[in-house]
Amino acid sequence: MKDREEIAERLATCGYIADAELATAISLMQRLRRPLLLEGEAGVGKTEVAKALAFLHGTELIRLQCYEGLDQSSALYEWNYQRQLLAIQAHHGGDADAIEDRIFSEKYLLERPLLAAIRRDKPPVLLIDEIDRADDEFEAFLLELLSDFQVSIPELGTIKATSIPHVVLTSNATRELSDALRRRCLYHYVDYPDVDREARIIMARIDGASASLSLQIARMVESIRKEELRKVPGVAETLDWAAALVGLDVHDLHDVPELVHETLMCLLKTHEDRTRLNREVAERLLGKVA
Amino acid sequence: MSCCGTTPSHDELDEVSRLVSTKLAAFLRTLRDNGFAVGLAEGRDAAALMAQGFAARPPLLRSAFKHLFSARRSDWDKFDGIFDAFWLGKRVRSRSLAIGSAKAANNPSLKSLQDKNLAKGGGQSATDQIPSDNDAPGGGGEGRMEGASAAENLAEVDFRKLADPDQVEQAHEAAARLAKAMRTRLTRRDLLRRRGYRLDLRRTIHRNISHGGVPISLVKRRRKDKPLRLIVLLDASGSMSMYTAVFLRFIHGVLDEFREAEAFLFHTRLAHVSDAMKEKDAGRALDRLSLLAQGAGGGTKIGESLRTFNRWHAPRVIHSRSCVMIVSDGYETGDAKLLGREMATLGRRCRRIVWLNPMMAWEGYAPEARGIKAALPHVDLYAPANTLKSLAALEPYLAKL
Repeated sequence: MKDREEIAERLATCGYIADAELATAISLMQRLRRPLLLEGEAGVGKTEVAKALAFLHGTELIRLQCYEGLDQSSALYEWNYQRQLLAIQAHHGGDADAIEDRIFSEKYLLERPLLAAIRRDKPPVLLIDEIDRADDEFEAFLLELLSDFQVSIPELGTIKATSIPHVVLTSNATRELSDALRRRCLYHYVDYPDVDREARIIMARIDGASASLSLQIARMVESIRKEELRKVPGVAETLDWAAALVGLDVHDLHDVPELVHETLMCLLKTHEDRTRLNREVAERLLGKVA
Repeated sequence: MSCCGTTPSHDELDEVSRLVSTKLAAFLRTLRDNGFAVGLAEGRDAAALMAQGFAARPPLLRSAFKHLFSARRSDWDKFDGIFDAFWLGKRVRSRSLAIGSAKAANNPSLKSLQDKNLAKGGGQSATDQIPSDNDAPGGGGEGRMEGASAAENLAEVDFRKLADPDQVEQAHEAAARLAKAMRTRLTRRDLLRRRGYRLDLRRTIHRNISHGGVPISLVKRRRKDKPLRLIVLLDASGSMSMYTAVFLRFIHGVLDEFREAEAFLFHTRLAHVSDAMKEKDAGRALDRLSLLAQGAGGGTKIGESLRTFNRWHAPRVIHSRSCVMIVSDGYETGDAKLLGREMATLGRRCRRIVWLNPMMAWEGYAPEARGIKAALPHVDLYAPANTLKSLAALEPYLAKL
């Protein structure tokens, strides 16, 4: 397929370096019109995929951040109660039916992300972030929406989708998702990138990062990931670290072992990991980086 | 194809597509055998992809199918192997139930727990767990004649002394019933305990629109109660073989009835078995488990299994209202210090750790094994669980959590 390489290329122009499999997943998304479920450790760039996808299609990104207790009124739609009340007061003594028709019209409807996503003229990218944090009930409701792409509002009637959005779901696996949802989606496991890809990511994202430095950083991070850590650094942390090193005007890691050890705080986020990767270990790892 | 002139090439084409779809169907079956949740819609999409030219390029087809059929990390990891074995004829190391299901037939399986006649089949590996009938050659015929009171007597009998297949069956059923009863009562108590509220202003306004906005009826918000989640880690090593069968049945009941429960099996490594156990039919569930339980025989590495659990599963399965139940005799063949350390980590994460040790009720047993000694300081409840009665005694404790 030609479109696969094309997708990878176009993603690269917006700063997202995709592996070949992800490009396949994205081309399948369009072909089969299925949502894409991304799983992976925190900080490997799941959310970035959606952003890059929006750029790729030249369309809007609508994001729904899930949390425990997320319900319809903050995900789908809500009536604007305050304005409705004002309208009732203003038309006090008028015809009751007329008032009712008036206050339950589009004008008083607050669009939330899910409703907004199906009412655009051009299909947007709908990012449902950290779906595992939402409750089971919400997941079931989402499943219904994703299969029918229509919403029924009791006071207003059924609203059909004007365009089918490109849906991306991400999960950190804090909760097991239902089989039904998993089956509906294409699945892609986002892994930590290999050295080569990580170096390319650094170069694409950090201005002033030279090829040799990026490669050194990527190699170093890779060996740090192999240590037994409580919290393995993700790509986001790598980028932080690279930005720090570039900002400190470092050109070669071997020149400044001291600084390397000190700036490791960008990568290691718990006390335990910090003590485990002490000066000696850091130097040993640095020694292995060519 | 009868309408337009049936050229031979058309027929050939048809033949080819039929072959392909048969092969695809077989592949879907293979995937299902390997625990993939694949439905009709996926099959249709797969066929569409093949027709669109993906079939000509195997690596691309593999990647496409991988996204389509996988639903979780474990699927994702094993997909390539299955695909290669099926379509490209490469040998694959993992024991996929693949093409012929003849293998399944002579595969020693836990299902033999049910099939009494099969009970003597299979010697080593997973079938360690079968309560062997040969243990008590004299006692074979006794249990059958006991009649109505048998169930009560069973409550006090140590599981390892159950010899008669009928008795075993009864014990299994009792364990399943017990799990069910525990669940019902636990939830009921849960409802009674709810209290505390705060005002939900937004909904109050909404509710009172019909009163012209005067807040007459108030809407309150209460904290959503998390149901108690039970996580069971079952030791399936050789030393526990007399007990595993009953506990597996108990766990099957628990998973079926508790709204939230997870189960893991460990011997020298850890296996997540919730999916296999959620099979409605107990026999089939145990059958699937036999595949997962393979690899036993080299002692018990509790510490290492716990480490795997803490590293890969704990963040997902443990929440603030979780109780971890470890069923093991504590005979650690690995590093006892590691076990202590991992128990401490686990203790920080969950609300309660219950350790059930069937050996505890044996006469003259003292927790001398290194493993259990290292683990005990971190355990909240250390109880015997060798009879149905002692299993039932757990319920009040769990209800208080």
